[in-house]
Amino acid sequence: MNEPQDKVQDSGRRGFIGAAAAAGAGLGVAALAPGLHLIEVAGATSATARAAGEPAPSTVRWGMLIDTAKCASGCDACVQACNTENGIVETVKDARQGSQWIRKIDLKDPKNGRTHSLPMMCQHCENPPCVDVCPTGASMKRADGIVLVDRHICIGCRYCMMACPYKARSFVHQPLDTQNPEVPRGIGCVESCTFCVQRVDKGMQPACVEACPEGAMLFGDLNDPNSGIAQRIAREATTQVRADLKLNVGVRYQGI
Amino acid sequence: MKLLRISVAALFAALLAVPALAGAPKPVIKIESPGQCIAPAEEMRRNHMEMLKHQRDRTMRHGIRGEKASLNECINCHASKATGSVLGKDGFCQECHSYAAVKLDCWDCHQPKAGFKATGAKP
Amino acid sequence: MQLAQNPRAEERNFYLLAVLGGLVTVIGLAAALYMEHAGHVVTGMNNQVVWGMPHVFAIFLIVAASGVLNVASIGSVFGKVVYKSRAPLSGLLALAMLAAGLAIIMLDLGRADRLIVAMTHFNPTSMFGWNVILYPGFFAIVGIYLWTLMDRKMNPYYKPAGLAAFIWRLLLTTGTGSIFGFLVARQAYQSAVIAPMFIIMSFAWGLAVFMIVQKAMYAWNDMTLHPQIRSRMKNLLGTFVAAVFYFVMVYHLTNLYFAKQTAFEQFILLSGGIFPLLFWGGYVVLGTLVPLLLIYVPNLASLRGSVFFAAALVILGAFCLLFVFIIGGQVFPLEIFPGMEVSSSFFDGKIDSYAPTLPEILLGLGGIGIAFTATAVGVRVLKFLPQDDIAKLESAGHMLD
Repeated sequence: MNEPQDKVQDSGRRGFIGAAAAAGAGLGVAALAPGLHLIEVAGATSATARAAGEPAPSTVRWGMLIDTAKCASGCDACVQACNTENGIVETVKDARQGSQWIRKIDLKDPKNGRTHSLPMMCQHCENPPCVDVCPTGASMKRADGIVLVDRHICIGCRYCMMACPYKARSFVHQPLDTQNPEVPRGIGCVESCTFCVQRVDKGMQPACVEACPEGAMLFGDLNDPNSGIAQRIAREATTQVRADLKLNVGVRYQGI
Repeated sequence: MKLLRISVAALFAALLAVPALAGAPKPVIKIESPGQCIAPAEEMRRNHMEMLKHQRDRTMRHGIRGEKASLNECINCHASKATGSVLGKDGFCQECHSYAAVKLDCWDCHQPKAGFKATGAKP
Repeated sequence: MQLAQNPRAEERNFYLLAVLGGLVTVIGLAAALYMEHAGHVVTGMNNQVVWGMPHVFAIFLIVAASGVLNVASIGSVFGKVVYKSRAPLSGLLALAMLAAGLAIIMLDLGRADRLIVAMTHFNPTSMFGWNVILYPGFFAIVGIYLWTLMDRKMNPYYKPAGLAAFIWRLLLTTGTGSIFGFLVARQAYQSAVIAPMFIIMSFAWGLAVFMIVQKAMYAWNDMTLHPQIRSRMKNLLGTFVAAVFYFVMVYHLTNLYFAKQTAFEQFILLSGGIFPLLFWGGYVVLGTLVPLLLIYVPNLASLRGSVFFAAALVILGAFCLLFVFIIGGQVFPLEIFPGMEVSSSFFDGKIDSYAPTLPEILLGLGGIGIAFTATAVGVRVLKFLPQDDIAKLESAGHMLD
């Protein structure tokens, strides 16, 4: 109806919340680095590559915080970045058979018309149903909380896809030849967001987080009380999607 | 476990021996990049699959990076200069595996081309 | 044993049937090979409907396999003498159908070449994983049970073997039902009633399959089933069919009562196009009401072929019900954000459509081919034909016990 007006209000609110959040985060680490952007704050607490030969530490739990107030409907920078990083190329005719590790969802509350836009991907549950149901143990949770599919022993039964409450998993329906050398993917196996494990292990951010033009995605260690993400979750209201399932997800949302 | 390994090795030897007896041409193994592999050729021929299997579980399941054995490093050294791949005719992996009639299971998922850059765009 | 009039024609017919069954099996295997090679892109399955037509066939076969063994259990465990002579055929059918169902599931895997991985890696929290143990156990126990039934030396042990087989088959069907019952994410599943519902379904479907096979074998051998035995079996079928209906009603009524499930029930029972049609027309009318009428209305029950027809309709209804349960349960979108209208590039919030392709259907039929061929060959080489010594049964009062 009066969409233009809505948009103006929306971006105004978004800008305000963004600034407030940045200020808040700045306060949290003010003694260290006042005025830093969120993303750099997060980087400062997580960006150390693990030494060769060392396993993923069980003291760490990787997580992500997504501020939906900053996430614009129609923007899919995170999706594009994910596809490039992980070599996901759409080659099937029926899009329902293609892989989507991350997707943008538009929400509308029918009661009051309020809308949100947000990226949805594997929520990296602490108690992942996919890991519970996998017959071979191919669905697994790494010590640092990242949920992965071990394609060496995935038999392609798709039981995990039946079990996932977030529709986060895709089944590779056709032969592939465009894999990133660091991101193996292949026919007949199930796959999903890995938090860009190949980057995280080098001390980098997931590709989507890095690509978000609004800085709406924050990545870090939920277990480290000094990390940007842990501090914001301690201070601000955040939501777990399908919290009723008590999966204790690693991806948290704000503003929904 | 040891018995299993011995019998697999024996089977493998037998597989190698059968075409040899039948007079099938031996595979031509081209080493295009000079330098030293991570272990002597004899050991690599016999044990590369064990090394890779061991490494794959350590890296995949435990997140251990920078292992001595690495499939990507195999490709980087051994991909054909002409095709850029370890597969295809004269491909380093395929040449020998075709000869030995052992199925290659790596390349359904792993990228067989050295230095391949994924773009996420339609080819 | 009353042999067929013309042994040579009989032999020729047997080979004809075996070749036919083998052909269907080979076509099914070829379809599986094609799916394996090209990927599941050649099927109608997708990231929302991850299990399709092969699973409808496979789950029917697996559920009916454990149910068909009930005929034997009624004889061995519950001491009904009339059913004892039917135990060997019941065991054979159970093995053949379970093998066929498992073959379909295995051939539909994304990586069917990794069967050995499925056998050597076990995740104790996975219902699928438990089923991987339950299935071979079923083969072993039913195999031993058959041995005790058919080898005179082993005969003294048939009762404990029958009891073990009965308990194991209850576990197995519980396991099959729990594959769905333990799924928290999808609205159609996650219900404790599913496991017992699957058990009672197996009673009905297994008995229906048994009665059809028995009828075919009797016709083959120019024999007729004693009307009293026929009447007992048909009444039992009627009881089971009614019990399945009761469980299906309870399942849907509880769902209707929960506000969060009403949208799903509305879809499955009313607005969902093919699904309400298959549910009401296929399962309720053709698969339940008509068979019950054929069984219990005296004028209809006395018609020639009424029992055979009722059993065939029960099987048709079973396929309709499974299609609604498995496919309908998946096309309905996941409620990721309850109460919100959602849209995305991944079809969130949209009701999916599923159209099975030829390879999937051929794979399913190939499974039926496996069960058929295995049964035909088994019946031919060993003595599985149920034979009743009516005089003896009558004098001992077993016809009606």
